[in-house]
This record gives sequence, C-alpha cells and structure tokens, in this order.
Amino acid sequence: MNLDLSHEQELIVSMVRRFVREEILPLELNLDPDADEISAEDKARLVKKTKSMGLYGLDIPPEYGGPEIDLVTRTLLAIEMSQHRAGLYAPCYGTFGGAGLAQLFEATDDQKERYLHPTLRGEKRGFFGLSEPSGGSDPARAIQTKAIADGKDWIINGSKLWISGADKADFGLVFARTDTDKGRNGVTCFIVDTDTPGFHVRRVVHTLRSAHYATELQFTDMRIPSSNILGELNKGFAIANDRLTRQRIPYAAGCIGVAIKANEMALEYVPQRETFGAPLSSRQAIQWMLVDNEIDIKQSIWITLEAAHKANQGLPYRKEAAMAKLVASEAGGRVVDRCMQMFGGLGVAKDLPLERWFREMRIRRIGEGPSEVQRHVIARELLGSSLR
Amino acid sequence: MPAIRLTKPWLPLVPTLPKLGGQLGVFQLANQDDEIIYIGYAGGNSLFGLRSAISQAANEIPKAAKVRTEVTSAYLSRFKELLMVHKADFNQLPIHNSDIKVGTLSPS
Repeated sequence: MNLDLSHEQELIVSMVRRFVREEILPLELNLDPDADEISAEDKARLVKKTKSMGLYGLDIPPEYGGPEIDLVTRTLLAIEMSQHRAGLYAPCYGTFGGAGLAQLFEATDDQKERYLHPTLRGEKRGFFGLSEPSGGSDPARAIQTKAIADGKDWIINGSKLWISGADKADFGLVFARTDTDKGRNGVTCFIVDTDTPGFHVRRVVHTLRSAHYATELQFTDMRIPSSNILGELNKGFAIANDRLTRQRIPYAAGCIGVAIKANEMALEYVPQRETFGAPLSSRQAIQWMLVDNEIDIKQSIWITLEAAHKANQGLPYRKEAAMAKLVASEAGGRVVDRCMQMFGGLGVAKDLPLERWFREMRIRRIGEGPSEVQRHVIARELLGSSLR
Repeated sequence: MPAIRLTKPWLPLVPTLPKLGGQLGVFQLANQDDEIIYIGYAGGNSLFGLRSAISQAANEIPKAAKVRTEVTSAYLSRFKELLMVHKADFNQLPIHNSDIKVGTLSPS
C-alpha cells in the first residue's frame, strides 16, 4: 500500500478541509450544541457549493451521477468531514449528499424506478430495518419478524428496534424470516412503504445522542407484494451482511476525524493554560496524554486506510474492516476522554464540543456491531473452519 | 415502554416562572383551558435553562397561562417526541409549533 497521497487526493482533501473550517464551523457557533441539522436555507446554499466542487453524492456510483471517488480517498474525506461538533453522526450536516440505501443499487429496474431514483433526487427517504428487540449483533438468529406467503403477497408480522429515521421515511428495507428452518438462509429483505396498513412507528428511543432518536416499529399483518422483495428470496442476510461490512470503514473514519479535532484543540490549549506557575504543556502527565493520543490516532488511520485499500482492490476486507471499526472507535473514545481531562471543567461543559463527542463516541463502540462482535469476526477470519 | 406523554399537572405560569431552575429540559405551555399551545425546550445555549427559555416563549405567546416542565439532557429528542405524540393525539401540532416538520408516530 502506497502511503503517499496523490496530488489529486491532496487537492480534494484540502478543499474539504477548507469547506469544514470556513462553512461548517462558523454555522455551529449559532446552533444548539446538540443540533444535528442546519436550516433549509443554509443546507441548500452549502449543497450548491459541494455540487460546484464536484463532490456531491460521494457514495453514489458514477453511473447514477455520483463523482468517481475511490474508497481510500472517500475515507480521507470522511476523516475531514467529521471534524466539527456534529461531525460524528452528521458529517457536514449531510451537505455532501448520501447514497440513500446502497442496497437499492442492486434492485430490479422497477424497484429502482419506484425507490432508488426518487431517493437520489431527494424526493423519498428510506430506513434500514434489521435489528429487533431480540438482538442486533446476530441478525441471522435474532430476526423473529416473520413473513408468510399469501398468494403473490407476503404477510409480515413482528417488530424492529433501534431503527433510525423510520418516522420520517417513505419506505424501508425490512428483513424478515421467510423460512424458519434455515437460519441465515431463511431471511428475506422486503421493501416496505411506510403507508402500508399495519406499519406502525410505536415509540421513540432516547439515547446519549440528544438530537437523534431511534424508533421501535411494529408490523401487524402488513401485506407486501412479492415484487417488493429486494434481491432473492431467503438471501436477505447477504444484503444485510454486505452493508454491515461496508459501513465499518466510514464509521471508523468518523471516529478518527473527531479524535484528530479533539487532539488539535488540546494541543492549542495546553501551552496557554497555566497551573502552579507553568503551562500545562510542561507537565509530563499532559505530555504523555498527548503522546498516547497521537499513537491512537495514527494506528487508527493506518488500519482504516488499509481496509479501504483492500476493499478498493476488490480483495477480501472483512477482517480489516472489523479491525478498523474496533480500533478507531475504541481509540477515538480514549482520545476524547484524555482531551476532556486536559481541559478540566471546561471539557465537560457544553461550551466545547468535547462532552458531546464523549457521549457520542461511547455509542460508537456499540453501533454497527459492538467491539466484541468485531473481535469475533476477526477471530473467525483468523481461525477459519477450526472455530466452532 | 410506551411513548411518553408529559402528564404532570399544569402550573400557573406567572408565579411558577421565578421558581424554575436553570436545568436543560422540555416544556409545554397551555392556555386557560389547558389546551397545549406550544412545546419548547431549554437547550445548551439557553442563558438560564428552563427559566429563561420559558420566559422568552411566554413573552412571545400572550395566551400562555400555564406551564409544565420536564428536566432532561435529551431535550432535543424529547422535544421532537412530544411534538410527534401531540400530532398523533390531536392530528395537528400545537398552534405555535405549526411551522415545524416532524415524523409520524403511532403511540399505543
């Protein structure tokens, strides 16, 4: 793996870095410290800018109108885009666009017409419905939502938990068990319109993230046509698994960006802050925290870029993606924690973004597969069939 | 756990205001007939938490006569939840929140 950035990569990265510092950071001065949205006017203005930069819709394949960005460059950009208060979960407040639900790129032409294209045009929103009250880390076994064939339709009953955006969505990808005897080979992905009778968003689940909430869904005799099966019958787990693996790289990159920004703040602060007649930076206790931060950040960057590089080359990258997610989320938490310690009381006040990052970084060790599951994935890759 | 409505008893606005603390949280304002006319929150930028946020809202809404509050650090998601529950219960948002877009909830 070549560790040098190409000239083009350097240009794009510096362009995004400038965008964050000149456009996003000033906006945050007037937002609630926990906000994850900007005004519609500001968003429209900034989307116009990212479009003029040729960087709108970063995750959309070029054949659907997205820019041609390789995964290493995309990872570098994700690191830059998260370097602001809301950056961990709302990088640049969505002004670089999203791919919607990437699984829809594999949909039938009819499904693309009804769901993918309207999503890319910003006319429809979707949600991803995998986790259930019975568990989220082991979806192959935990999925209890059932779909039973009825003529050309399927009748779905069950519930989902920890689902983001379902209350505002027009449709969602809902994973349901279509064969109770086949384990992971008995799960199917259905595209479900949220105005289908029997679809209910039952409650909001509050978390450490104040601005964002998850939802609990309930499906009661929800009738879905067979034409809304995404991919093949009983092959839904592959769709879910592919998404889980792919998501781990940008997820890691977001943690790195926040860690970099927190450490940058600490590096500026400790030479200025005096205690007992000397700047904090002269204290070995502080120096060691900064050193540990630097090591945590560097190892996270290289492990994450290696995962992106392997994925870019079309090589297997499940182990590397799991390592990136594991290392970056745990290291990011440690970095933010040390920075809070260096800032003292100011570190835990809402005046600075550190307390928000501390709360949100804690979630990162659980979301998209907790650290223990990542270790399990890595162990399985290392031990292969000898692991039972 | 069901979606949670704010069901505390209403308190008269004027005598209650000076007794409110500076915590972050959410609140509802009602008219004399106990109809919810505004749902708001005291966020991280509020000068004195619930007291200043409610005071500011009450100044802009002359018909506000009663108040009830809930202290929470999850003020933004709770604020949105209260709006969604209100919309589910009354098929519309409170009159002074009508310009906000919220999701759809079907609470039990």
